[in-house]
Amino acid sequence: MTSTDLAFWLCAVLAVASGVAVFVVDSMARATYALATSFVATGLAVLLLQQSYLGAVIVLMMVMEMAVMAVYMVMFMGMNPALMPMSMVHSHRWAIGVSVATFVTLGSGALLVPWPARRGSPPPDVTAALGRALMESHMLVMMTVGAVMVATIVVGVVLSSHRTRYDRFGDDLRHRDPADRGAR
Amino acid sequence: MPESSVLLGAAAVLAAVLALTWVTATGAAMGAGRGLVLAATDPWLETARLLRQRRRTTLRADVLLWRLSGWSLLPLAVLLVALVPWGPHVVVPTELGVVWANALDVVVWAAVWLLGWGANAVAGLVGGYRFLALALGYELPLMFALVAPAMAASSLDLAMIADAQSDLWFVVWMPVAFLAYLVGVLGFALHGPLAAPVGDEVAGGVLAELSGPDLLVARAGRHALLGAGAAVAVPLFLGGGSGPWLPDPAWVAVKAIILTALLSYAAGRLPRLRVPLLLGPAWVVLLPLVVLQDLVVGVVLL
Amino acid sequence: MTLETVLLVASALLSVGLYGALSQQVVVMVMMGLELMVAGVLLALGGLWWFLAPDPSGQVLMIVVLAAMTVEMATGFAVATVLHRRAGGDMTDMTAELHE
Repeated sequence: MTSTDLAFWLCAVLAVASGVAVFVVDSMARATYALATSFVATGLAVLLLQQSYLGAVIVLMMVMEMAVMAVYMVMFMGMNPALMPMSMVHSHRWAIGVSVATFVTLGSGALLVPWPARRGSPPPDVTAALGRALMESHMLVMMTVGAVMVATIVVGVVLSSHRTRYDRFGDDLRHRDPADRGAR
Repeated sequence: MPESSVLLGAAAVLAAVLALTWVTATGAAMGAGRGLVLAATDPWLETARLLRQRRRTTLRADVLLWRLSGWSLLPLAVLLVALVPWGPHVVVPTELGVVWANALDVVVWAAVWLLGWGANAVAGLVGGYRFLALALGYELPLMFALVAPAMAASSLDLAMIADAQSDLWFVVWMPVAFLAYLVGVLGFALHGPLAAPVGDEVAGGVLAELSGPDLLVARAGRHALLGAGAAVAVPLFLGGGSGPWLPDPAWVAVKAIILTALLSYAAGRLPRLRVPLLLGPAWVVLLPLVVLQDLVVGVVLL
Repeated sequence: MTLETVLLVASALLSVGLYGALSQQVVVMVMMGLELMVAGVLLALGGLWWFLAPDPSGQVLMIVVLAAMTVEMATGFAVATVLHRRAGGDMTDMTAELHE
């Protein structure tokens, strides 16, 4: 077993174990950061598959996302940092049954399907090839993703903001109240 | 890579982090008004004091997350310094140095918030939440500022970015990116105007409930992160190891230490600002300026 | 590290995520389950890319999946905020009353 195999199995075990831990641990912050650990392990596994840029980006994005998600968890569930058992599930056994069945189906598919041979070989500089693909042949993807991101920002702000600009600046949008800066 | 040079490189990185931490602590104290001799000896006296201080804990603290996050600030700074190329040598050779440096300073988000959360105390929680709000403000300008030198050098490798500055340092024609980068460094190092998460008005914020060795590594980590951010700025904006007379590694060290001293002194002089006061200008002024800077760099490259 | 093992790990991640998405009552925990499922998909895509077709367009697909996950998270949190504000709760069983 080469060092790459060993590293991959470590990442794999860490990813699945911390994924399970998300739903088992006793505190919101632990659940969130268990998910972050799972994602970091997944990113490292992707890195071991020679996609260094995507692995690094997965690690970066997911840690940032989990840091923000932790705030939302606390906001909605209002639990304190002390550890207390929390298990809020419904139809628990049915969910376990479905997920085990899914794993068996997909796993047997992975093992039994006659996968074809590799087609082509990886480019010498994977990151540069990805960049060039995004900027040249797959520019439409780049533009669409950009527009979707802007739309998401607008959706997020519109849905969650409880003040409009008329609340902040007055009915004729002239009242620039310096006391308004920041918290309401 | 032969074993001895790996060990030598690791020892050099650790020595560099120690030196940068000391320079940061001295610079910040001098900025706040302390004389040079006192500012330089204070860190050692504090280290001795904190090593002997009794370790304290709080009621029902989340000890695992608390200790893990507090002790991880210093290793993050060490990893950042390990990415810096010392001339032709680099301890952690990678083609994606810029992305990994960015990933490391995002892990600081997790560390600082957990440090505040783990103590199960009000001051820490306030500090942690202040930090996340501030981080959302400085992180995007920082990421866009990292794009500028990478674009100009057509590479994400810190060694290649350093080599691409042989005729003109990037700081000269990318000043806005450099400024945004420095603001980001102050942000993830919790210094200067962006030190609200550890401010005195919240009794120390995320550092409030720490004591003894835990407080020592957290404060040292905070200073080390400023030094590490400055060290990463050397290949990004200040030309890497280029310079007359001295060999490249010496120039990297000199530039890093000078930038750390200046940055920490400025951070010591500037007041700590309220988070809401910083967020507006960060999103509405700094971010568009940095994007414009990237546009200028792109146009120059055409 | 063969294609089969990578896909096995990916399907394990997806199944754990599916358990979370189906069984959790809190909206944010459901989203964490969905995140795990997308992580499994990303790992599977990475494995398929390396072992079957190492062409840049496969990586572009991974970037699209990553972007989709981000969009899902952002919108999910915005909706959860609206729910929380209007109904004072965040249980998925309450979402049936969103129309009121």
